[in-house]
Amino acid sequence: MRLGSSAPRVNKRPSIGSIVLALFPFGGMCFSVALWDRVTPRVFGLPFNMFWILAWLALTPALMGIVYRIERKR
Amino acid sequence: MSPGTVALSIIFGIVAIGSCIGFLAGNKRQVNLEEWAVAGRGLGLVLVWILLAGETFTTFSVLGISGWIYSKGGPTLYVLVYLALGQVFMFFLGPSLWELGRRFGLQTLGDFFAQRYGGRLLAATVALAGVVFLIVYLQLQLTGLGIIVEVASFERVGRTPAMLVSTAVVACFILASGVRGVVWVSVLKDFLLVAVAVIVGIGLPYIHFGGIGPMFTALIKAKPGHLTMPGGTLNLTHSWFVSTVLVNSLFFAWPHFFGSIFTARNGDTVRRNSLIMPFYVMPLALIIFAGCAAILISPGLVNGDLALLTAVRATFPPWLLGVIGGAGALTAMVPAAIHILAASTLLAKNVYRPFFAPDMSDEKIAGVARIAVGVITVVALCLSLNSSATLVGLLILAYSGVAQFAPGIVLGLYSRRVTGKGILSGLLAGLALAGFLTFTHRDPFLGLNAGFIGLILNIFVLAAVSSLTSREPSGFDTPAAAVRTPT
Repeated sequence: MRLGSSAPRVNKRPSIGSIVLALFPFGGMCFSVALWDRVTPRVFGLPFNMFWILAWLALTPALMGIVYRIERKR
Repeated sequence: MSPGTVALSIIFGIVAIGSCIGFLAGNKRQVNLEEWAVAGRGLGLVLVWILLAGETFTTFSVLGISGWIYSKGGPTLYVLVYLALGQVFMFFLGPSLWELGRRFGLQTLGDFFAQRYGGRLLAATVALAGVVFLIVYLQLQLTGLGIIVEVASFERVGRTPAMLVSTAVVACFILASGVRGVVWVSVLKDFLLVAVAVIVGIGLPYIHFGGIGPMFTALIKAKPGHLTMPGGTLNLTHSWFVSTVLVNSLFFAWPHFFGSIFTARNGDTVRRNSLIMPFYVMPLALIIFAGCAAILISPGLVNGDLALLTAVRATFPPWLLGVIGGAGALTAMVPAAIHILAASTLLAKNVYRPFFAPDMSDEKIAGVARIAVGVITVVALCLSLNSSATLVGLLILAYSGVAQFAPGIVLGLYSRRVTGKGILSGLLAGLALAGFLTFTHRDPFLGLNAGFIGLILNIFVLAAVSSLTSREPSGFDTPAAAVRTPT
């Protein structure tokens, strides 16, 4: 890959660790749908699939917060 | 006072306050193109968050989501998932896009394509397709607004006058204040929308069933299978879910969303914004709870979009219906404003100027953009008053069509092998295939979202054509000084 000549690159690729961490929400909420798309067990009165998604909505910012720290150090 | 009068005066009051905020926001500022389109690149974390939340949570978030859970059930969860996952893309792409925006004075999605790939055909194609998708999205907002105001005012105000008045107001504050006006109206709108979500999402289950848990127990007993996929549908399966979530999570490619990145004060603001955004997806879960309650409270509605409002009208006092109606109207007006703004800037800067007036200054282009505001508003209004099957097809295509811009953005940032011709061929192939599948009612095709299939063809074609065409230098390697800075 040829690097940019005159201007410094702003579009630096993220680190492998960051990308792996960022793939977790995709695994948890998207690709694993067949595993969590069910009504039971009910958690806090919610159908399981809704509880699962809500839990990931809280977990995703936490994971990305770690990625934020990794990327800031680079 | 009759219930209709109470509700109507509250709706009117909320919309009037919102409109005043919109007009005053641009006051005492010189509104040039840079200020109008990207707020002078000066918004901090809170305002950027409110702007992006304002764009993300549209009438679809209120009527569409509750309507989907009412008639389709489980597949509705895709909305929560793609909104959260889209922020992961924003996290990585946002700061780079913002930095390039500052360095090269980018204001629109079309500017990005013009600067990176050169030439005017690709940028204009992206801009024109973007304008069409924005107009049908805008039409959806206006139709939703009509429904909300009509039902919430106990049919005292018809859909047509509600749409006409509010659209005129939106166009006026866009002309006066640009994107900054949208932000400040969105402050009021987001506050009201979250309050409404909490009231209906917790109130409806508690009043009718004694709690959210008992409500779900009753619903699962009455309609087993409704809350999982495919729910009330035949073809919205797990493969549909995965492909749709992936396609929709590319929403950073929507021109209005892409443009909002440039309003931020710096790249870190964009990134931190994407970190906290998933929290704001949670109120949508409350809207889903309310829609679930509506299944049992108001069964048998043919139009699911009316489910939430019908259940609310049967449960709460008229003044609260007025608050919901007013919040609903603003929830349509804020995205409508930003759609009009993005579409008119694209039309003026990336279609009109390169082909008809290459030497026109940014100052004059701002004037052309203001004329475009009028044209786009009138077109969208006409479309919402005369809905057709073609329009419904276009709207479905809009979501899968926008995703076809994504390869040009992502590869434009990270790859040096892609060429303008490759990106253009891929884009046209992806749009054509997604359009064909949508308009011939083959979406989902083999259980997959039509946009997803289009995207696969898009990437295949762009890789093939890029490898056959000779390498081109990236426009992002030009020293920034050589680029005309916007006035």
